[in-house]
Amino acid sequence: MRFQGTDNYVATDDLKVAVNAATTLRRPLLVKGEPGTGKTVLAYEIAKALGTPLIEWNIKSTTKAHQGLYEYDAVARLRDSQLGEARVHDIKNYIKKGKLWEAFTAPQLPVLLIDEIDKADIEFPNDLLQELDRMEFFVYETQETIKAVERPIVIITSNNEKELPDAFLRRCFFHYIKFPDRTTMQAIIDVHFPGIQKMLVSKAMDIFYEVRDVPGLKKKPSTSELLDWLKLLLHEDMPLDVLQSRDPTKAIPPLHGALLKNEQDIMLFERLAFMARRPNN
Amino acid sequence: MFFSFMEELRTAGISASLKEHLALLAALDADVISQSPEEFYYLARATLVKDEALLDRFDQVFGKVFKGIFTEYGQNPVDVPADWLKAIAEKYLSPEEMAKIEKMGSWDELMETLKKRLEEQEKRHQGGNKWVGTGGTSPYGNSGYNPEGVRIGGESKHKRAVKVWDKREFQNLDNTKELGTRNIKIAMRRLRRFARDGAVEELDIDGTINGTARQGWLDIKMRPERRNAIKLLLMLDVGGSMDPFIKLCEELFSAATSEFKNLEFFYFHNCPYEGVWKDNKRRFSERTQMWDLLHKFPHDYKVVMVGDASMSPYEITHPGGSVEHFNEESGAVWMNRITSTYPATVWLNPVPEKQWGYSQSTKIIKELMNDRMYPLTLEGLDDAMRELSRKHGH
Repeated sequence: MRFQGTDNYVATDDLKVAVNAATTLRRPLLVKGEPGTGKTVLAYEIAKALGTPLIEWNIKSTTKAHQGLYEYDAVARLRDSQLGEARVHDIKNYIKKGKLWEAFTAPQLPVLLIDEIDKADIEFPNDLLQELDRMEFFVYETQETIKAVERPIVIITSNNEKELPDAFLRRCFFHYIKFPDRTTMQAIIDVHFPGIQKMLVSKAMDIFYEVRDVPGLKKKPSTSELLDWLKLLLHEDMPLDVLQSRDPTKAIPPLHGALLKNEQDIMLFERLAFMARRPNN
Repeated sequence: MFFSFMEELRTAGISASLKEHLALLAALDADVISQSPEEFYYLARATLVKDEALLDRFDQVFGKVFKGIFTEYGQNPVDVPADWLKAIAEKYLSPEEMAKIEKMGSWDELMETLKKRLEEQEKRHQGGNKWVGTGGTSPYGNSGYNPEGVRIGGESKHKRAVKVWDKREFQNLDNTKELGTRNIKIAMRRLRRFARDGAVEELDIDGTINGTARQGWLDIKMRPERRNAIKLLLMLDVGGSMDPFIKLCEELFSAATSEFKNLEFFYFHNCPYEGVWKDNKRRFSERTQMWDLLHKFPHDYKVVMVGDASMSPYEITHPGGSVEHFNEESGAVWMNRITSTYPATVWLNPVPEKQWGYSQSTKIIKELMNDRMYPLTLEGLDDAMRELSRKHGH
């Protein structure tokens, strides 16, 4: 069971090693990196490559750790008791399984994705320490212990909005997806757009890396934005010479909406274009 | 196995633990990798480093331990803008030397020569991390800057076959921070306390039982969830007399960023005036107008100003007193605007409290802050947080 990347996901060597270490030892893999470099997609692709189901747990700022284990719906039970429902006698009827429970008891070994763990409260990772370490937890209401049949493969992504506690980090493997260099990017594009015109890609990549190099950008475009932009260019049937004959007075690349996501960034480009238009420059 | 590697890592500030060491051994046992040094490097990295800021350091230690080469940790090249070098060169060169340079041609040509010389040196010393140091007549060696800092070679133009870890691709992620911020975080937690506000969405069990017992029917009570609703505006004095306190401020800063969801920070120099900035490298080009700031962030923001308040009194009391630019309104006016916009404002001063009395400007600032100046110690921080969490009428 070795992860080698898939038909539509290019994995660098270091990523492969990290994923294989995590899947073999069944410890969580923590993935960080710029937004849009394929952190979440990685979990999908691992599941696909290993032929296992994927259980997704998307973390929000309001998510609590126990929601991943189970939730006891006391309000529903109180209401049922007033209405005299029979199901009120069994507390199990009011316990809702969380994603971790689902992953622990899944009939087939799953990949559990805990997406954007840094969105939650700072205590959140600490609250999951034991559960992720031993892959078991105790249900207080029914007095039973839920233990993983087989330790699931856990992929955790973080956008670095908050620091994660040391104790949590010690239990994970870590991989930082660095922004792909040109060769890797070429491979990624080939995977997504087989048969795309080589010239178009090379021109588009020139422009893309140029845009990324502009100092002071609020949000640098990343892989996913480049792919979107290429898709747009293809869809619009953008003639090649539009990309080729870029004069400096038009600093904004065509269909820039896919690359620049911030009005300040667009303004910045307009300013650059203006400066380039001035004589003696 | 690998004990010296672990020791070296810990010396370099990567706190790899026994648990991680065991994980690495377990992974090796489980044949996760094939037997190649690259894969071992990847595996060790994934196991032992958990922060991208430390990746660069890891690369250096790895290089040192497994290749026996000299590591350059601690003497990283400094980025020096070409203009500076030019200025220094012009300042310190004798007329003859200037003439020599003239002979060499323009600045660009000069840099070209330097580049060539660098390449020569690269061949001789192998590694090319040494100072240029040609001594005396050379304009570049004089000032002792690492030529890599000038970025003459651009991005790795010397096509050497480098090992992955020697590429040091994560260099600009190393921001060398933290370690020992836990105490500060705990002090800051004081601000977390009363944070039960927002939408009522949590079942209040005690309230429900109480209500049900009183009413005789089910009376569900909801209450807002506990949340850290504190919004914080951090303003840091940078540069000049604050340099000795950089570490302390960094610790405070990194503790604050991890503790508060709603945290905004800005920098100023000595005393806040009409503009503040977020990025020190672009302090002159990307300023935020103080007026915008005062209007943008609502009054319930709590403001923590950090600075040593040591300056010439004129910098506070007089228009045009700023050392960096011409300020049309005095610092005191701006200080008053801040304190009146944000009732919860404190000033943290890294200078020991005993010395405050000797500095005129500190006294003035303290007065402007209505005595809400606290030393940047755990105790002072605690007091400051208590002051901030007091109910402020507005």
